[in-house]
Amino acid sequence: MLQRLITSREVLLLGAIAVLLALIASRFPAFVAPSNLVAVFNDTSPLILLAIGQMVVILTKCIDLSVAANLALTGMVVAMINVAFPGMPVGVVVAAAIALGTVMGMANGLLVWKLGIPPIVVTLGTMIIFRGIIFLISDGKWVNSHEMSPAFKAFPRAEFLGLPMLSWTAILAVIVLTIVMSRTTLGRAAYAVGGNPHAATYTGINVGRTQFWAFTISGALAGLTGYLWVSRYAVAYVDIASGFELDVVAACVIGGISIAGGIGSVGGAVLGALFLGVIKNALPVVNVSPFWQLAISGAAIIIAVAVNARASRTKGRIILKSAEHAV
Amino acid sequence: MIRRNFTKLLAGASLVASLMGTSAMAQDNMRIALVVKALGIGFFEAAAKGAEEAAADLGNVEIIYTGPTGTTAEEQIEVINALIAQRVDAIAVSANDTDALVPVLKKAMQRGITVISWDSGVAPEGRQMHLNPSSNPLIGNMIIKLAADQLPEGGKVALLSATTTSTNQNVWIAEMEKVMGNYPGIEVVGTVYGDDLADKSYREAQGLMQKFPDLDAIIAPTSVGIVAAAQAVVDAGKVGEVNVTGLGLPSEMAGAIDSGASKSFAIWNPIDLGYSATMIAHALATGEATAEPGAEIPMGRMGTLTLDENNEGAMADPFVYDSSNIDDFKSIF
Repeated sequence: MLQRLITSREVLLLGAIAVLLALIASRFPAFVAPSNLVAVFNDTSPLILLAIGQMVVILTKCIDLSVAANLALTGMVVAMINVAFPGMPVGVVVAAAIALGTVMGMANGLLVWKLGIPPIVVTLGTMIIFRGIIFLISDGKWVNSHEMSPAFKAFPRAEFLGLPMLSWTAILAVIVLTIVMSRTTLGRAAYAVGGNPHAATYTGINVGRTQFWAFTISGALAGLTGYLWVSRYAVAYVDIASGFELDVVAACVIGGISIAGGIGSVGGAVLGALFLGVIKNALPVVNVSPFWQLAISGAAIIIAVAVNARASRTKGRIILKSAEHAV
Repeated sequence: MIRRNFTKLLAGASLVASLMGTSAMAQDNMRIALVVKALGIGFFEAAAKGAEEAAADLGNVEIIYTGPTGTTAEEQIEVINALIAQRVDAIAVSANDTDALVPVLKKAMQRGITVISWDSGVAPEGRQMHLNPSSNPLIGNMIIKLAADQLPEGGKVALLSATTTSTNQNVWIAEMEKVMGNYPGIEVVGTVYGDDLADKSYREAQGLMQKFPDLDAIIAPTSVGIVAAAQAVVDAGKVGEVNVTGLGLPSEMAGAIDSGASKSFAIWNPIDLGYSATMIAHALATGEATAEPGAEIPMGRMGTLTLDENNEGAMADPFVYDSSNIDDFKSIF
């Protein structure tokens, strides 16, 4: 039991994050102050939200490259709704964001399920379409801070028990998804579909439908994050979160989610996101030349994945126990 | 009608002669066309306002404010062809394409029409001169001046730029460093790069405030960075301690001025730009000035413009926006 715990991916990653924090603290001690760690977690919350959605998709042998564009489109739409109806309660805005994100996720899912187009192609296409739609509806203009209502901007910043709502949203989403993945048929089906699609089909699981729901979950989370992102940075324009989908995929890979599908956990995705979040927040404060920062982030990703891959390398299954002892 | 024939006669004559010819005929209203990238853009509407102001100052000048409905060079060429057919006296254009407009503008010049470009330039062979809203040295000086003006006792400032490879920002920062000697007591403690992404710029601004707890100002010569830095200052509760300044658009910065995170920032003033373009077009069309390297062209209340070896000139320092004028401009651009 203890042996299993020590070598588990999550514990290993947690250790890596601790080592990383220790390294950063040696150069900039204030980074590990509790208040700053809370700030880092808060800053990483959007990445966590997207990474756990992406995890479900990757589990089913798919990939969703449209999450950042979905986030940007939803963000722009809710920002424009807010400008048009400043009095609309934040609850309604959040519901609208989730609904819109869900619809976009479903579009991805339907294309993968019903038309059988490879997910990477589908989501690459919808990613560009979503960004194009932002251009269409916004005319390329920004929605600016002074145009948004105070309540719209206040929600992610509002504190409850010392944590901003942005962080609470991420925590809540992680809890709900953990339950979904471990306690519901949909969650278990996602693992089955990714692990062995043929076997899953024989057991009566509809592979396409499971993938559809995975994309839907990812879309809903991206939509939710869209509102949080736009209200946090108090600006919406075409290029927000541009390139962020790669961070999301990187967080999943670091978190030990197998790109081949079937292997991974919500906890892994969260830790992968936190690992990236710590690096992103630390680079500006430790005196590293900006010219080196990209290279360092990239190297950290590769190292994390390499360590992870070594740790998770499964030994060949031993069929004949007696033969093993004979050797 | 007489005037058209007269101009036609002069069409073959030299440029200077034709300019003088038009000026001789300018007893009725001189018509100056302000051609913009596209109609309906606040920035250009404001420039048109400035042009009308110049026309009122000059008297006897009629402004034709026109442009395509979309920002394409093709449509702009059609618009200019129509203006040539109308025999306007001068065309001042903000081009959608540096090279595509050259043939049609050459044609206009051959017909004796004064052609200048402003804001977004045309290749030298397609215009007599180009009016830049500002120049790199003026911008470099302005961004540090904005910070220094709020820090009479001196203080620490940091730069939040776009990407490490953005030419504009790098040139402005280099120009800023050249004039640092004029601002004793102001210390630039670091330069960080937000890559023109809201989230990265926000994080970099947070990092600056952590790394330098006694930071007095963040200078962001980029519109994404300045907005993100202002938001980071508000969220860190450091309004009043850290002043965010640099280059931004009034519509995007109105919130930051309201919250107090930014006391002032700068960008060109489109009204002044339209005003100056009209004044210059008028001066050239009347023959009051000639567009040649080293020439000094009067621009009314904006002073005079000096042309460089490429027949380009910089209008003025970037215009400073603060709480006193932000409300007038935030709906414009």
